[in-house]
Amino acid sequence: MKLNILYFAATRDTVGMDGETRDFPAGVATVADVLAALEREGEQYRAAFAEPSCLRFALDQVFVGIDAPVRDGAELGIFPPVTGG
Amino acid sequence: MIRTSVQAEAFDAAAELAALGGDGDAGALVSFTGLVRGEPGSTLELQHYPGMTERQLDAIAGEAAERFAVLRGRVIHRYGLLHPGDAIVFVAVASPHRGDAFDAARFLMDWLKTKAPFWKRETRPDGTAHWVEAQAADNEAAALWD
Repeated sequence: MKLNILYFAATRDTVGMDGETRDFPAGVATVADVLAALEREGEQYRAAFAEPSCLRFALDQVFVGIDAPVRDGAELGIFPPVTGG
Repeated sequence: MIRTSVQAEAFDAAAELAALGGDGDAGALVSFTGLVRGEPGSTLELQHYPGMTERQLDAIAGEAAERFAVLRGRVIHRYGLLHPGDAIVFVAVASPHRGDAFDAARFLMDWLKTKAPFWKRETRPDGTAHWVEAQAADNEAAALWD
């Protein structure tokens, strides 16, 4: 399953890139599964995702919870709580 | 109809207001302009999520138009490099009566603060920089409209 992942703000700084397109193995079904799979890939992901309660997620540009199901080809945004206004 | 914009450029609040007044249908025109706070010499960088930001602003504007009697409205949010005193966000609502105009303007700001994907990074005059933390008070203000 392929996902286009975008990182913003402090999450972007810690991961070290704006975004990436990645293939995930079968069994990666939710946002939480994606985080766990990425955390196995490197220290920068473990540092960025250390406190999931301090992260927000958007699937195809709509806010979702960490347990939301992901589908092939989706755009997943991972970022801290927003601070606009 | 509440028009929304995400832009790097400065905006002209007076011109925006003048465009919303109408020809007698509105009895109230309420606006809010948010300014960058900070010590002289500091800067504020606004990052956003292109695409999602526009969608969220339109969704928030649509919700305001559902909840309140809104004749016309305007939401502008800037991104990029800003300085203390710069206008960063503008919300204005024209309504038949003041209650809806006040409420809709406040609602737009409260939801925008917690639902529009913007992030602020402050650089102090000595060069140290940090991402601004989300405020619990902003979540509480937004939750009052739930």
